[in-house]
Amino acid sequence: MAAFGEVTAGRKWRWGVLDALVIALALVPVLWIVSLSFKTPQTLTDGRFIPREWTLENYRTIFTTGLFTRALINSIGIALIATAIAVLLGLLAAYAVARLNFPGKRTLVAVSLLIAMFPQVSLVSPLFEIERRLGLFDTWPGLILPYITFALPLAIYTQSAFFRQIPWDLEKAAKMDGATQGQAFRKVIAPLAAPGVVTSAILVFIFCWNDFLFAVSLTSTEASRTAPVALSFFTGESQFEDPTGSISAAAVVITIPIVIFVLLFQRRIVSGLTAGAVKG
Amino acid sequence: MAEIVLDHVSKKFPDGTIAVDNFNLEIRDGEFVILVGPSGCGKSTTLNMIAGLEDISSGDLFIDGERVNDRAPKDRDIAMVFQSYALYPHMSVRENMSFPLRLAKMDKATIEQKVNEAARILELEDLLDRKPGALSGGQRQRVAMGRAIVRNPKAFLMDEPLSNLDAKLRVQMRTQVSRLQRQLGTTTVYVTHDQTEAMTLGDRVVVMRAGRIQQVGEPQELYDHPQNLFVAGFIGSPAMNFLQVTRVDGQLRSALGEIQLSDRWRQTLDRTDTPEELILGIRPEHFEDASLVDPQVISAGLVFERTPEVVESMGSDKYVYFRLEDGRAASTELDELAADAGVTDLSAATGQLVTRLSAESEVREGRPARVWVNLEKMHLFNPTDGRTITPDES
Repeated sequence: MAAFGEVTAGRKWRWGVLDALVIALALVPVLWIVSLSFKTPQTLTDGRFIPREWTLENYRTIFTTGLFTRALINSIGIALIATAIAVLLGLLAAYAVARLNFPGKRTLVAVSLLIAMFPQVSLVSPLFEIERRLGLFDTWPGLILPYITFALPLAIYTQSAFFRQIPWDLEKAAKMDGATQGQAFRKVIAPLAAPGVVTSAILVFIFCWNDFLFAVSLTSTEASRTAPVALSFFTGESQFEDPTGSISAAAVVITIPIVIFVLLFQRRIVSGLTAGAVKG
Repeated sequence: MAEIVLDHVSKKFPDGTIAVDNFNLEIRDGEFVILVGPSGCGKSTTLNMIAGLEDISSGDLFIDGERVNDRAPKDRDIAMVFQSYALYPHMSVRENMSFPLRLAKMDKATIEQKVNEAARILELEDLLDRKPGALSGGQRQRVAMGRAIVRNPKAFLMDEPLSNLDAKLRVQMRTQVSRLQRQLGTTTVYVTHDQTEAMTLGDRVVVMRAGRIQQVGEPQELYDHPQNLFVAGFIGSPAMNFLQVTRVDGQLRSALGEIQLSDRWRQTLDRTDTPEELILGIRPEHFEDASLVDPQVISAGLVFERTPEVVESMGSDKYVYFRLEDGRAASTELDELAADAGVTDLSAATGQLVTRLSAESEVREGRPARVWVNLEKMHLFNPTDGRTITPDES
């Protein structure tokens, strides 16, 4: 028994080290950015991890110019709208894919997968042309539409996986218990599908929020320019001023919504919520 | 409580398969009816049609005298217990059981009282605040029953409710289901593929095969007078033995020996245009160690001598297995029964003769034994259509 205990302890330790290594690898660049964002322009390049002089100047700058604030609003608006539409459409499509048998189902699923795998960069020029002619260029819908297109397969896939976990019998049981189709969906299926909806919403939101390619190609002014793009347009006061501090501050700011989003819903993204519905 | 009438009900799926073919049955008020048959025989489809979960392709379904073909499940006032239990995992036991009542917009006090009453009957009082995930299989099964009984529906439909339980619990729950049904007196339709459940639970049993009713009757009647090969082979465990026999000059020539036919049998067989080749069916308990048979009745049967392959002593009886090299009966019904996982001990499939002898028998493996067959209890079947040949009365 003792030997066995030692083995598991050693194993735990090894895994612990490995985990710490991975976390460090992922976190160091983030912490570095945070550190940079608090440094004064003079100490930017001093190579120290912990700033010698702490300053909020960088944050003050990005929010006073108005350019970044406007981009942030664009980002939040566009990402939220695109997420809402994609998740809702995905929810309905996923329910159909998981529950119904209809002609062309396989083709539909295959095509949606194809869209997800299509190299986006090859679509930039045609999209640019199309949007310019339709007057969608440099507008919110001009970004929302392609985001929905590319996020939908993701939304359908994640949500249909969750729907498949929900036993069909539950819906039948609800109907036998006197529920209408709508009540069965609202009171039984939807609460169980909630983790799937939230998971797919987070994934889609992150996808829209992080996008740079479409945002840089399909916008030209601050009317629809999103935060990641605005960030790349940062310049110093003069040609000789380094915008690194401001860029770092902006990068930290645009990371915050994602962190909040994930932390808020982390508890809901637990699989196994359907445990106990049926045998086993 | 209600009577349920199925009048020429059929179910045809869009791909053309006919799952249920011309199903006629009148279920009386308060009756406990079992639908039994191998998997794919249409019994669950029939149940789903009564429930309203499956459309009826043709025919009429009446509950309490009203035609309900086009009513949604919720408007039929019947409760169903699913094989998977189908408990709502995000609700506690109490919420699960009160769900139908809350949908019916009953007031809180009544709901509370009804749920407590059902919980008391099913001994679930201590579990009311748990989630289904924290319950054992047997407890989940009882919650599923509880959800069905709380609202006093017109009828219960049960779709193999015990098949997910282990063997011991299944026997316990079987008696509980039976007691509950008698206590409540609610019309119940129960689907199972287990012939033991069918025999022990039901007032009447409906044996189905390939979408058609094979026979309807009380369990004992099905056992004693099966109308065809399928029912004969399906009902009873171990299953009936089937042997190929040839009719020659008023005798039946079988692998066990020549069988003298009584006048009654001879008349019947001569009169009808039955083929020369027949299938003989004998249940395991209609064999006996020849040395234990009363000399006065021994002549009414056939005595054969063979060497037992396996002897299993159960304490109360002895199961003795003989090998049948030849004389195996063949028919589509028997092939189908053998293919079904529920009937693996069918003699036609294994080439074995299964006999149940008294415990006092001194039959040993590998030593020739004299065994008596009670021919009064034999069944004869026409191999072409599988029908039972019944001797003339008189």
